Amino acid sequence: MTGKTLYDKLWQNHLVEQRDDGSALIYIDRQLIHEVTSPQAFDGLRLAGRKPWRRDANLAVPDHNVPTEQAERAGGVAAIADPISRLQVQTLDDNCDDFDLVKYDINDVRQGIVHVVGPEQGATLPGMTVVCGDSHTSTHGALGALAHGIGTSEVEHVLATQTLIQQKMKNLLVRIDGSLQNGVTAKDVALAVIGQIGTAGGTGYAIEFGGQVLRDMSMEGRMTVCNMSIEAGARMGMVAVDNTTLDYVEGRTYAPKGELWEMAVEAWRDLHSDEDAVFDAVVELRGEDIKPQVTWGTSPEMVLPVDGVLPDPANIDDATRKTAVTRALQYMGLEAGSSIGDIRPDRVFIGSCTNSRIEDLRSAAEVVKGKTVADSVKQALVVPGSGEVKKQAEEEGLDKIFIDAGMEWREPGCSMCLAMNADKLGAGEHCASTSNRNFEGRQGFGGRTHLVSPAMAAAAAVAGHFVDVRDWQEAGQ
Amino acid sequence: MRAFTVVSGLVAPMDRANVDTDLIIPKQFLKSIKRSGFGPNLFDEIRYLDEGQPGQDCADRPINEEFPLNFPRYKGASILLARENFGCGSSREHAPWALEDYGFRCVIASSFADIFYNNCFKNGVLPIALEESVVARLFDEMYASEGYELTVDLQRQRVITPSGEELSFEVDEFRRHCLLEGLDDIGLTLQSAEAIRSYEQGWREQSPWLFDVIK
Repeated sequence: MTGKTLYDKLWQNHLVEQRDDGSALIYIDRQLIHEVTSPQAFDGLRLAGRKPWRRDANLAVPDHNVPTEQAERAGGVAAIADPISRLQVQTLDDNCDDFDLVKYDINDVRQGIVHVVGPEQGATLPGMTVVCGDSHTSTHGALGALAHGIGTSEVEHVLATQTLIQQKMKNLLVRIDGSLQNGVTAKDVALAVIGQIGTAGGTGYAIEFGGQVLRDMSMEGRMTVCNMSIEAGARMGMVAVDNTTLDYVEGRTYAPKGELWEMAVEAWRDLHSDEDAVFDAVVELRGEDIKPQVTWGTSPEMVLPVDGVLPDPANIDDATRKTAVTRALQYMGLEAGSSIGDIRPDRVFIGSCTNSRIEDLRSAAEVVKGKTVADSVKQALVVPGSGEVKKQAEEEGLDKIFIDAGMEWREPGCSMCLAMNADKLGAGEHCASTSNRNFEGRQGFGGRTHLVSPAMAAAAAVAGHFVDVRDWQEAGQ
Repeated sequence: MRAFTVVSGLVAPMDRANVDTDLIIPKQFLKSIKRSGFGPNLFDEIRYLDEGQPGQDCADRPINEEFPLNFPRYKGASILLARENFGCGSSREHAPWALEDYGFRCVIASSFADIFYNNCFKNGVLPIALEESVVARLFDEMYASEGYELTVDLQRQRVITPSGEELSFEVDEFRRHCLLEGLDDIGLTLQSAEAIRSYEQGWREQSPWLFDVIK
């Protein structure tokens, strides 16, 4: 018998019922809930007269709509200026009260982006099945969990039954051996993988990220890589459990303690693919080959190394791709054949469930320390992923570094990643953004997003155009 | 959920690859706490020339005359023809809600993103993946013939063209069954409540640290 992959093991551990028609009933250990994709699910429960199957399996926190400006935020839910946003956040509060679910309030220090909060509080743990009505739930796979986004009907299904009806995915191993160059980060790894396999490359697969680069990577970095599995088309990405995982989890609020900790660790030690496990597909990259990445177009696969040159539709044969590149260049207001280094961001956004953890903020702060944001940059926002991250960053003095550099230090939330609150791009504006999607209009109507790492975003803020953060650091600027 | 058996209707194009859910329904409309009413804002950013706001009356907004869904010949379409990786991006179920509310019962494309594909089935919308070359041919036929209609027969898993050609498609047996009958997943799953409870008890013994921690 051949060995099992990590995904096979997690699937097997949670299999309630395998059906003859190929579908399966899978048990869900943790559901994270936010204000945008849950109101209709709670309404559904109410209409059918149902109650949550297991209240302690759920944790709710508002994140998408919350204001990040201190003045507006200080007044809590009642002070949210946009009445529609306010109603949505209030509805989450009301629903959690009605159904007796645990929720972090808007100004609770534990509040933040669901995918930052879950691991930080130990609410998501190795070996779990984790779902949330948000596609970036893949983030939690970094802990060695089976984690993926679901739609609102499934949010209701999990609330009512603690299970999901699923089909098993195929196994894809993305192995990155070697080591990363200085200045190259987890974000660059994620973008390089997407550049290689495309935004549909992982469709139908569960991805396991492995290789020496992942073994050497911090938990924050692994979360960044798993977070963007969905941008490679895969609902879930995961990393095997090792000492880095255990060191991260130990001592967190909801993590097991004492004897239970010992028992859990023993179970978690098995959360890796067996030596003889067979993957349906394998993709390999060399860490040394990965350069800092910058997206130039309107899909995450439209990405280039920082020293890259934009494609020319005239040189593309495939009709669909030619049209897509032409449209993207037009939308982005960029010339075929121009250089990444010529792109000048109007705004800079450091934050989102991809890159708003303490390591991300440290990395950006290191770059801007003692420097100032270029005059051509209208705004540079730094939005920590949670109240806990914010507190830690302030203890380390990172907030002062950002403020001294002319950046804005905000309250935690999703912010300009998807612009559901007041933080957004104006039409035609370019943004160096540490978020995950560069779709048309994503960060604001007519806005133009360039996805980069926190260090690259910070360097662009100071230089006024994209620069290679590797040279920047070597030159000691 | 509305059952899907046979649907015949006008076909409209969404002729680009990687149509993401932000394009299908932009984020400002996700602030709604309702499940209906998203149709007027389907493809909002390319359908209108201005920036749409939730709750606005779309009848007075400037229309993008170059966007095919605004062409008179595609008015009343119930089948959307699209390219590869349709529905990529976020998990927002507002995307199929908007398609359904607009009047689309079926989306035909060469491939779909996983979460969107799954969300469609929960809302009486049938996503059909056909070979890229077949999809390309359907695009050609549709462009060449105003009033181009297709018939989709879920029972027989066939798309039938005006010339009578039958194209077969794959769909999971469970999803097909639920869609044909218009079944509520939760009700079905609760028929397995005993199996869930029994699994849960064993899992609790094996992994007690996963229970009763968030209180």
